[in-house]
Amino acid sequence: MSERSEQHGAAGDSSGEAGRTGERSASSGGEGRIDPLRVVAVSAGLGTPSSTRLLADRLAAATREHLTEGGRPAEVTVVELRDLATDIAGAMVTGFPGARLRPAIEAVTGADGLIAVTPIFSASYSGLFKSFFDVIDNTALAGRPVLIAATGGTARHSLALEHALRPLFTYLRAITVPTAVYAAPEDWSSGGDGTGDLAARIGRAAGELAALMGDRPSGPPPEGAVVPFAEQLAALRPE
Amino acid sequence: MQFGIFTVGDVTPDPTTGRTPSEHERITAMVTIARKAEEVGLDVFATGEHHNPPFVPSSPTTMLGYIAACTERLILSTATTLITTNDPVKIAEDFAMLQHLAGGRVDLMLGRGNTGPVYPWFGQDIRQGIPLAVENYALLHRLWREDVVDWKGRFRTPLQGFTSTPRPLDGVPPFVWHGSIRSPEIAEQAAYYGDGFFANNIFWPKEHFQRLISLYRERYAHYGHGTPEQAIVGLGGQVFMRKNSQDAVREFRPYFDNAPVYGHGPSLEEFTAETPLTVGSPQQVIDKTLTFREHFGDYQRQLFLIDHAGLPLKTVLEQLDLLGEEVVPVLREEFAARRPAGVPDAPTHASLLAARGTETPAEAAS
Repeated sequence: MSERSEQHGAAGDSSGEAGRTGERSASSGGEGRIDPLRVVAVSAGLGTPSSTRLLADRLAAATREHLTEGGRPAEVTVVELRDLATDIAGAMVTGFPGARLRPAIEAVTGADGLIAVTPIFSASYSGLFKSFFDVIDNTALAGRPVLIAATGGTARHSLALEHALRPLFTYLRAITVPTAVYAAPEDWSSGGDGTGDLAARIGRAAGELAALMGDRPSGPPPEGAVVPFAEQLAALRPE
Repeated sequence: MQFGIFTVGDVTPDPTTGRTPSEHERITAMVTIARKAEEVGLDVFATGEHHNPPFVPSSPTTMLGYIAACTERLILSTATTLITTNDPVKIAEDFAMLQHLAGGRVDLMLGRGNTGPVYPWFGQDIRQGIPLAVENYALLHRLWREDVVDWKGRFRTPLQGFTSTPRPLDGVPPFVWHGSIRSPEIAEQAAYYGDGFFANNIFWPKEHFQRLISLYRERYAHYGHGTPEQAIVGLGGQVFMRKNSQDAVREFRPYFDNAPVYGHGPSLEEFTAETPLTVGSPQQVIDKTLTFREHFGDYQRQLFLIDHAGLPLKTVLEQLDLLGEEVVPVLREEFAARRPAGVPDAPTHASLLAARGTETPAEAAS
């Protein structure tokens, strides 16, 4: 992989800004500098090297390419869940994410577009993948464009994307792109020149994600807005 | 600045011996711990309220009434009193009665409770947690301030011409803290009434509570109760001490590793780095507690959790000796030296009684 990517995992936090709501100008009006859109890829691969990570990297690169072609610079962050496995388990037990896990969660919840890639284990997403999304607030990804993808030992499990991953992100009220990308072992050996089926699916899915990201108003809703107490009281007034 | 302890009242096997105390042993141990807290010079004892095993304190005012009779100076409080599933009328009556028996040495901390089944057991619904807290407290607030109350709400049968008895001691309602771990709505509620806000920060990293507490301080000022710095803040803490920090770590580790709530999760080292838990020497506890002030501003009440996870009574009493002899006297001096003029102490019955003559309430909160 030749693209520049910033990795979150056991390494320190380079994303103090990752969770912040930024003012981003979508116009190409000339004088305003355009802040890059944030593409975040989550990989739940366990091997090193990992085909799941490889797929995540290819999807991220393709998405960035689409965005760049459309005049929207983008930066890519990859979150490797393997490096955070014990932190994710710790967060499930204590109810809060520790110092190593927080930057990864902030990156994901601050993403303009999310790429979620898991190996298929026992006919579904891996437990580590699910646990990571379980420790994120269940409203944090609402309205967020998400590309779902998976790898597996046989193509016969490709519909796990439709019966497991897509409902998960539907519950989280994220917007999944229509094309979900599944890579079985044979996909990696076909079309090495970039013309095979996998490459085509990657390109189509990335294009769909880039299109949604480009249309989307920037940033998550502001945090910490509180309902004034008089309104809380008034809402309870009996008829 | 007030220092004290708060207890969950869990009955947990001692992981080093496998022995589980009986409920009776645990309840009498809690009383012994409260009496010891007064003996070593602490200011506050607060008990939790739970309605499911392995917890014993289902009836806090009964326990606190007994402790009131065994003590002279200790302020008796709760952590927390369930404002969602208790009838606010009964809270008004129970705590006013306790006030009279304890000579005013009473305040309370309200919380919603996070155990799902407790709500239906008491005829409520956990999804209505915040509205219950809002409505029930609005009624409780009136019951202590108005002699005759006509009231109608969503969650409780209406009241016509109701007088909650006994009336609060000297006409001064007990001071109320609102406890919260995650909800900005509760910080807002505390700010609206000018009540205290207790952030039980013992399980989570400080950044989360910095947001909640600064929201409370800002809204406290917004509602005209004073400056943000004058808002009344309480914090939790969790400590285990020995003269030698290595001894403390060695002795506490099995209790930590098997503790309810966070056991079998992060390591002791990770947890102490991320949360207020301090396992070490008294000096380490002093140093860590002083950082709370830097993170959250000058505050009024510090409660330590020292008696959970199956720790034997003898060990807990040793912790109280260390708190009373080596930690709290230093903390009192250090906090006092750092505190700017104008930051108030936590309200007590005496201070509220004295203030009543000199002020009119900033607003009629009803």
